[in-house]
Amino acid sequence: MQLKNFSISCKINGRTYEENIAPDRTLIEFLRGLGFLSVKQGCDTSNCGLCTVWLDGTPVLSCSMLAARANGRAITTIEGVQEEATAFAGFMAAQGADQCGFCSPGLVMNILAMERELDDPTPEDIKHYLAGNLCRCTGYASQMRAIEAYLAAKTAKTAAATTAAPAAPAEGGA
Amino acid sequence: MRHVNQGIPKLDAKALITGRPAYTDDLAPANCLVVKVLRSPHAFAKINAIDTAAAEQLPGVACVITHRDVPRHRFTMAGQSFPEPSPYDRLILDRLVRYVGDPVAIVAAETERQADRALKAIKVDYEVLEPVFDPAKALDHPSIIHPEADYHVNHDIGNDPNRNLCASGEFCAGDLAAAFAAADVTVDQTYETRANNQAMMETFRTFCYMDHSERLTIVSATQIPFHVRSITARALGIPKQKIRVIKPRIGAGFGAKQTLVSELFPALVTLKTGKPSKMVFSRKESFTASTSRHAMRIRVRLAADRAGNVLGIHMDTLSNTGAYGEHGPTTVGLSGHKTMPLYNKAKAIKFTYKVAYTNTMSAGAFRGYGATQGTFALESAMNELAEKLNMDPLDLRLKNLVAQGEVMPGYYGEKLNSCTLADCIRRGKEMIGWDANHPCRQISKTKVRAVGAAITMQGSGIPNIDTASVEIRLQDDGFYTLMIGAADMGTGCDTILAQMAAEVLCCDMDRIIVSQVDTDHSPYDTGSYASSTTFVTGTSVIKAGKALIEKMITMAAGTLKADPGDLEFNGTAIFAGSPDGKKAITVEALARKLAVGNGACLSATATHSSPVSPPPFMAGFANIELDLETGKVVVKDYVGIVDCGTPINPNLARVQAEGGIVQGIGMALYEDITYNSAGKMMNSSFMQYKIPSRKDIGDIRVAFESSYEPSGPFGAKSIGEVVINTPAPAIANAIANACGVRLRHLPMTAEDVVMGLHARER
Repeated sequence: MQLKNFSISCKINGRTYEENIAPDRTLIEFLRGLGFLSVKQGCDTSNCGLCTVWLDGTPVLSCSMLAARANGRAITTIEGVQEEATAFAGFMAAQGADQCGFCSPGLVMNILAMERELDDPTPEDIKHYLAGNLCRCTGYASQMRAIEAYLAAKTAKTAAATTAAPAAPAEGGA
Repeated sequence: MRHVNQGIPKLDAKALITGRPAYTDDLAPANCLVVKVLRSPHAFAKINAIDTAAAEQLPGVACVITHRDVPRHRFTMAGQSFPEPSPYDRLILDRLVRYVGDPVAIVAAETERQADRALKAIKVDYEVLEPVFDPAKALDHPSIIHPEADYHVNHDIGNDPNRNLCASGEFCAGDLAAAFAAADVTVDQTYETRANNQAMMETFRTFCYMDHSERLTIVSATQIPFHVRSITARALGIPKQKIRVIKPRIGAGFGAKQTLVSELFPALVTLKTGKPSKMVFSRKESFTASTSRHAMRIRVRLAADRAGNVLGIHMDTLSNTGAYGEHGPTTVGLSGHKTMPLYNKAKAIKFTYKVAYTNTMSAGAFRGYGATQGTFALESAMNELAEKLNMDPLDLRLKNLVAQGEVMPGYYGEKLNSCTLADCIRRGKEMIGWDANHPCRQISKTKVRAVGAAITMQGSGIPNIDTASVEIRLQDDGFYTLMIGAADMGTGCDTILAQMAAEVLCCDMDRIIVSQVDTDHSPYDTGSYASSTTFVTGTSVIKAGKALIEKMITMAAGTLKADPGDLEFNGTAIFAGSPDGKKAITVEALARKLAVGNGACLSATATHSSPVSPPPFMAGFANIELDLETGKVVVKDYVGIVDCGTPINPNLARVQAEGGIVQGIGMALYEDITYNSAGKMMNSSFMQYKIPSRKDIGDIRVAFESSYEPSGPFGAKSIGEVVINTPAPAIANAIANACGVRLRHLPMTAEDVVMGLHARER
């Protein structure tokens, strides 16, 4: 028996999509079908992390989620965070940590999510957060150097901004 | 040097990290037929009948192909230069299926779901035959895996398919019997390595279409575009000129993509239907229907005198090539020839080998290519010899080490012109804190820290076979197009070859464009395998760059009315005396001038093939923590010291080494393709087949002790493969140092350690 197609509506990278989909369509199939080709699949058992996208800002594995569940939700792929991804890419490239690059978009999405979620993570925190992102090329060491340099540069930038501009009066905060 | 030996970012870094579509499946047309393959559930069976009628009637199904419909030209899928050393033992679909996963039928449909339904509708009547899985039992077993009359070999590889013998051979130098007769101490042990999966993140995938001139275009994730063209031509029975192969960015290979895996199925579909088609392997399919590392059983006999001089080495390898002979006859050779020469002081060496067919998935190429297996065996045996001699294993190695200037009988009689292996050992010894940690330190009641070491070598390309052509074109604004046929699979070869071109042409990196590999446009290259690209293709880049400079000078001489002998080239201009003087023309001006009415757009082509394959070397040191209660081993620190000659790009070379070490740790501790008693692979997902995650890995520290290889580009040798070889024997050595348990098989699991401890207690 075949179930009927149905419509879903969701936001992808800020734009609303109304689509008619098959009920067994996975989120990754849905996204790649719409041309979000950054989203890669390395397995189908939720082990590799390559297909990571954000669902309402939280990383999810798009190979293991039905597209139907995205109905009414907001999805972000790396196409939607190009500025941040490009900033991080510079640190990866400086280490030669990109190698084949196939796992990069999923890794970057998780790193950017980690940055939002964790304050001042230790190397162990970083490894733990990113444990689900496999990479077969690099042995992870260069990625770690890139992530630490990226986070350090961000911290330095924030510190510089704080020093340069006098802090707003506490009571004036929103 | 401005560009060489600099850590320049990869040319494709930004695009790939930010997710730009660049890989095979990103580029496939939306209207491709989806190709799927029905696979054998039996390890050995004859197909009596296939009923495809129901499948063909299903909606969306474009074609169903069985063994009745495929060309009858046997071939090998191994990407090797013609005439290939691997036997021609395959058809695209055969009546005899030889492992669980062997293709039985090909289906093409408009959607994936339709193709899946069609697969289910095919009815196959099998006559199940008795399979054999153990390579030792397979030899002379009553079940003959390749009984076909049209089985063919191109070379004398010591082959007898009626015995399930894919290849065999023998090599010796010196008087081994005398060496053993004179020995004070001997070692005689057998070591076993397992089949491993390359597990690159991008699975196998290919799409095909017929172009405007009725030629078959194959876009594929491959390391070997030109071999894909020739193997496809043979398998499909069409002329090579009817085929074009394009390699986009690929999500790594590690040797897996040195064999045709996904190419032939869509190629045949497109040829039959005239429609574009694509095939994307699932991860399960990638595990169960590709090629693995050859599992090997290696007996090592060592003879030494009391002072620790190695007198004789005998290695005897039994390799399991599985159902087909892809890379079978060649990988086995490296288990002896790229290990024993490390101890070139030995007076006698002997290497004997057999390669058996079995009913497991075909083995194939995987980084290290037999040298990895041999290194585990020989280096483990050397560590056992050190123990018997009561000698530090590093001292034992330094005493017997091959040295620069020596001729190596075990390494095809080549002379070693660059080697800093002794320095690698000394530096690593210091970095790992050998003296303080050897053999072990008890850090708590239940935990021990211990160190272990191993050394290794590989090659740089296949001598007298690997061939690389390079063309450099001067374009009309004075920039250059670097045309290569070598396949960047994430390693960064496009970048390092551009670095070499920029160095020769004295220009900025952004003036070099590297074109993607396309057999219609790219100059011939055997492909990226056997650690050949930096060494072989790199040399061609230098030759082509120099030739182009000569041509630019000649053309400038005509324009400037000068004698070419008086002219100089500095990257931006060609001049006599001063680049700002009267007799000067910029490269840009020259290029523009040549593009208008001169009939002389410049390009230079060069080809290189090396008579030698200079070995890179590495010393690896593991510092492990071993839990005496659970047997769990954690690699806390791994130090790798590499002699790859001049590292063309130290950043990329370092990442190659780090990645290889971690892949080697996976091989040492977890990775093991296992089959059940019926020959079905039991770990065909990342859930069951564990590869190292970032939480499994401690510190990885890499340093270079660079020699200068006179036959290499800018003194470079290879890096890609040598880096995977040391972890298994170094960790085995550390485990023995930690708790006295000597594990002679891979992977070395917690269970093995605990069982070993119990056995010692008894």
